[in-house]
Amino acid sequence: MPLIKDGAFVQDAFVTVADDAALPDGAAIVSLARFQKDREALLARNAPLGIQLKAPENPELLGEDVQRFSVIVLEFPVFRDGRAFSWARMLRERLKFTGEIRGTGHFLYDQIAYMKRVGFDAWNVAEGFRLEQFHRALTEITNVYQPSADGKKTIRELRATPRP
Amino acid sequence: MYRYDEFDAKFVKERVAQFRDQVERRLAGELTEDEFKPLRLMNGLYLQLHAYMLRIAVPYGTLNSRQMRMLAHIARKYDKGYGHFTTRTNMQFHWIKLVDVPDILEDLASVEMHCIQTSGNCIRNVTADHFAGATDEEIEDPRPLCEIIRQWSSLHPEFVFLARKFKIAVGATPHDRAALLWHDMPVEIVKNEAGEVGYRVYAGGGMGRTPYIALLMKDFVKREDILAYLEAVLRVYNQDSRRDNIHKQRIKILVNAIGQEEMQRRVEREFEEIKASGSLQLPQEELDRIRAYFAPPKFETLDDKMPVGSYDFENWKKTNVHKHRAPGYAIATISLKAIGQTPGDISHVQMDALADLMDQFGIDEIRVSHEQNLVLPHARKRDLPAIFARLQKLDLATPNSGLITDIIACPGLDYCDLANARSIPIAKDIAKRFENLDRQHDIGELKIKISGCINACGHHHAGHIGILGVDKKGVEYYQILLGGSGAEDASVGNIMGPGFSAHDIGPAVERVVDTYVKLRQSGERFLDTYRRVGMEPFKNMAYLEQMYAAH
Amino acid sequence: MAATPALQVLTANRLRDGAVVYWQAGVWADEFKDADVFNDKAAADAALAAAMVFVKDRVVVNPYLFAVREEAGQIRAIEQREIIRGAGPSVRRDLGKQAKPSMEAFDVSI
Repeated sequence: MPLIKDGAFVQDAFVTVADDAALPDGAAIVSLARFQKDREALLARNAPLGIQLKAPENPELLGEDVQRFSVIVLEFPVFRDGRAFSWARMLRERLKFTGEIRGTGHFLYDQIAYMKRVGFDAWNVAEGFRLEQFHRALTEITNVYQPSADGKKTIRELRATPRP
Repeated sequence: MYRYDEFDAKFVKERVAQFRDQVERRLAGELTEDEFKPLRLMNGLYLQLHAYMLRIAVPYGTLNSRQMRMLAHIARKYDKGYGHFTTRTNMQFHWIKLVDVPDILEDLASVEMHCIQTSGNCIRNVTADHFAGATDEEIEDPRPLCEIIRQWSSLHPEFVFLARKFKIAVGATPHDRAALLWHDMPVEIVKNEAGEVGYRVYAGGGMGRTPYIALLMKDFVKREDILAYLEAVLRVYNQDSRRDNIHKQRIKILVNAIGQEEMQRRVEREFEEIKASGSLQLPQEELDRIRAYFAPPKFETLDDKMPVGSYDFENWKKTNVHKHRAPGYAIATISLKAIGQTPGDISHVQMDALADLMDQFGIDEIRVSHEQNLVLPHARKRDLPAIFARLQKLDLATPNSGLITDIIACPGLDYCDLANARSIPIAKDIAKRFENLDRQHDIGELKIKISGCINACGHHHAGHIGILGVDKKGVEYYQILLGGSGAEDASVGNIMGPGFSAHDIGPAVERVVDTYVKLRQSGERFLDTYRRVGMEPFKNMAYLEQMYAAH
Repeated sequence: MAATPALQVLTANRLRDGAVVYWQAGVWADEFKDADVFNDKAAADAALAAAMVFVKDRVVVNPYLFAVREEAGQIRAIEQREIIRGAGPSVRRDLGKQAKPSMEAFDVSI
């Protein structure tokens, strides 16, 4: 699946591992269930680790381990399920997670801008998705009214800024 | 009222361009209907029975004359010459073409209007008392806070895909005219013992399949903390709501599932963190800046005498003219409930004429009430006879504000894709039955609210007499509920029993009203009598015909 | 499982303007009186399948079959919803399809 990060298509350095599959040697993404089952083994590996959370899975379930992950993948089972927007924000703001937050599953192109604002920085997109769509999604609405995890200046702050 | 600055204007302009692009992508096949539907809903565009329906936001029910003229223009140019004011004080047009909507949005943007978040699973229009800024009952005008909430909630990235819709209302008076406690998150402006003004926040009100009155979340939130608290409530809702059953996804379900205390605890935790971050602190300067937009007009020093006029004018005064905080001024209700007409509908001719009336009499704003009427907030008493005469010519002077023929009705099966039964013909029938003004005055305050389906857009749960249209084996039937209230004494109506046919509902309502007249004690409204004597006497009389038929 | 109704008509809404349309031999007619009436399930289902092409081509949205009955030589919708979709709002007889001269008067009296 094509992966967008830092505004470009990138190779996915991670392999997403099924719950019953053997772990590869390198960078791997596992489910929460798998992580809870094989936690010691997974943390002992000398390779980057990622975790994929389903929509009902609150990142606080990761406890102290949250900082051990290089990437946290948040699933959209349907675009309508907006819990991941809060999970991403929680990861950035409460849990101070600085790794990659990747969106996967069924999200709309029109949700990309919101995802970025709440802390996503990587997107699994459909085959054929054009990069210029991604860039356009981020520029359709220039200014924002409310603060979020992206630290973007709000309209209120812009209003207070002296203008030439 | 609020005026857009360059940022607001740009925001709305870009939103229009974004939607234009979405429509083009839809028509070009790049978006399926499933993908497009949430996007068009977030711009207030429904596909209904006959055409598309566009819902235009009227923030906290406030319009100026320029905006009213634009609504008239849209009615003429893009629709069939009329519009409909809703129970959330928005404007709906029922005959819209998808291909016209980008142009309509552009026209709206030119007068600082939009359709953003008037539908969809997001924070909807924030509503308030339609007498705000004019009544002497309020602690302060609730609308500056409404505007602040409006901005904070506009395309809020975390809360655009909530489990369901989310409705906020702000109250500031002991007598609630905005059905506050029926909202997902009511905010009440209050004073604490120290005399500080702050906010009492509730959560979990809502109509629909399972009606609930909102429960207290926090007794006193300080001014500067209000946005942090609201964000905390929304966050808990977004994280913890069910997502598996569309009928169990409003915040009322969550609050009642985990309980008031647990909800308060979860919200408090988020609140403390958001407060500590300082990111949503509302500075006094910002509140003052927004307040300045809502400064009342400079009231002249006028004779406070109420003019006397024709017999019709005197009747109209009795119900449709209300006390204003400034001597020499009055608040006037413009009824959109002419007997035999669709409640809440207004023609382009009437809209344009009202705009002219506002300009002529120097009234800057007009309000929309959730009861589907309009209000002139700052009318000079001495102008009332002339205003009345003008309204009369326009069929906008029905003297029934708050009386039994002042009925709330949703569009129902005549227009709406979600409906099970028609509501408008029932409203018309009932209004005609009670047309006699003397009888209406004898009956007094009696709020009838009619919904064509369980979604309750007609607020039937909050009706003194509520009527719910249902589909019984393909035939339209109507259930009666009694004892609901949308005022500060909020209560959920009780279902009387089996439904009545379209033919029988009118007579049944008459028997219910007659029962009240027979049983009432001095000074009792219908609601008071019902609360005193209970359902039994009303039920017995209502089903009388059925009982006779059965024997 | 509910039995297939004896007589059915296929309807949809036009994408561009939301107008109600009816399947008539592979095209979409504006008026209910011109709609094909299916008296066997296979034909009705075949028409519905064929209608999906028009969804893909962005002509209509949400095509579906609904039950009709014959009454004194006329085909009539059974559900109130379809009667109203075919005619217009019962409370504004001057609007919608019912306002066209070609429409016969219809009675949705209440």
